[in-house]
Amino acid sequence: MATILVSVMPKPEILDPQGKAVGAALARLGFDGVEQVRQGKRFELTVAGEVTDAVLERVREAAVTLLSNPVIEDVVAVEVLETAQ
Amino acid sequence: MTARIGVVTFPGTLDDRDALRAVRIAGGEPVSLWHGSASLENVDAVVLPGGFSYGDYLRAGAIARFSPIMESIVDAANGGMPVLGICNGFQVLTEVHLLPGSMIKNEHLHFVCRDQVLRVENAETDWTSEYRQGEEITVPLKNQDGQYVADERTLDELEAEGRVAFRYVGFNPNGSRRDIAGITNARGNVVGLMPHPEHAVEPGFGPDSVESGRNGTDGLAFFTSAIKGLLATA
Repeated sequence: MATILVSVMPKPEILDPQGKAVGAALARLGFDGVEQVRQGKRFELTVAGEVTDAVLERVREAAVTLLSNPVIEDVVAVEVLETAQ
Repeated sequence: MTARIGVVTFPGTLDDRDALRAVRIAGGEPVSLWHGSASLENVDAVVLPGGFSYGDYLRAGAIARFSPIMESIVDAANGGMPVLGICNGFQVLTEVHLLPGSMIKNEHLHFVCRDQVLRVENAETDWTSEYRQGEEITVPLKNQDGQYVADERTLDELEAEGRVAFRYVGFNPNGSRRDIAGITNARGNVVGLMPHPEHAVEPGFGPDSVESGRNGTDGLAFFTSAIKGLLATA
């Protein structure tokens, strides 16, 4: 078994209302010095067997098909998180 | 004879009953469609209603767009069948790429629920032909993820081709680019909008009108437009 991490972020040119709200809350709580917050999504896909190039390719395909919407989001990382025997 | 108009129910759909009722009040034959079946039951047009399909998990409309019925709807839409997406239905239409752009969380982060004035910017689509160009109508609006976004090139294209079908008037309730409330495809058979015409079809149960409270029926012409168009080509 292995876990593959897929990270998705709103495109830079898309305003991120959630990130903005989190940033405002940080300032209210006294966590100063944070210029900007952007909020994305992290997916952990646990797969059976070895992570081959073919498996990674399928995950990349899933990342742009279902896990993200290319109109508003970018897939910023697809990486093997850990491999357990 | 009359037009058969299907209304799709996904898990988490809320406004399917209202959409079916709107079809009936407009004089059409309402047909319930189920997301898990690929069959369109020989309908002449389809409405994707509002709600929170699959709880809006992942993104609004993102999971619903992979349901078996959507494949049939995409084929039918490409063949010219009138398809209307309302609110969550509009989100499904963008996720399935029948319409460009996408919806993100409202700019102010609040759920918004209000009677909203819209201007009909394109009265030549299958769902707007019974309106006058530039007519202002009032229908309910209720959403959390209603901020329409697209890149500048797409927005310019939509404007140039007259594909902005509806614009918010007086107040932009969710931060949508260029006050866009709804759009159409180039052919005019696929239309999506965030506000809810199906909630403004029967006196006593609609938004407030100039004349009296709750008696607004400005949304009815969506459905009569489609029915009239279908009967004319039948």
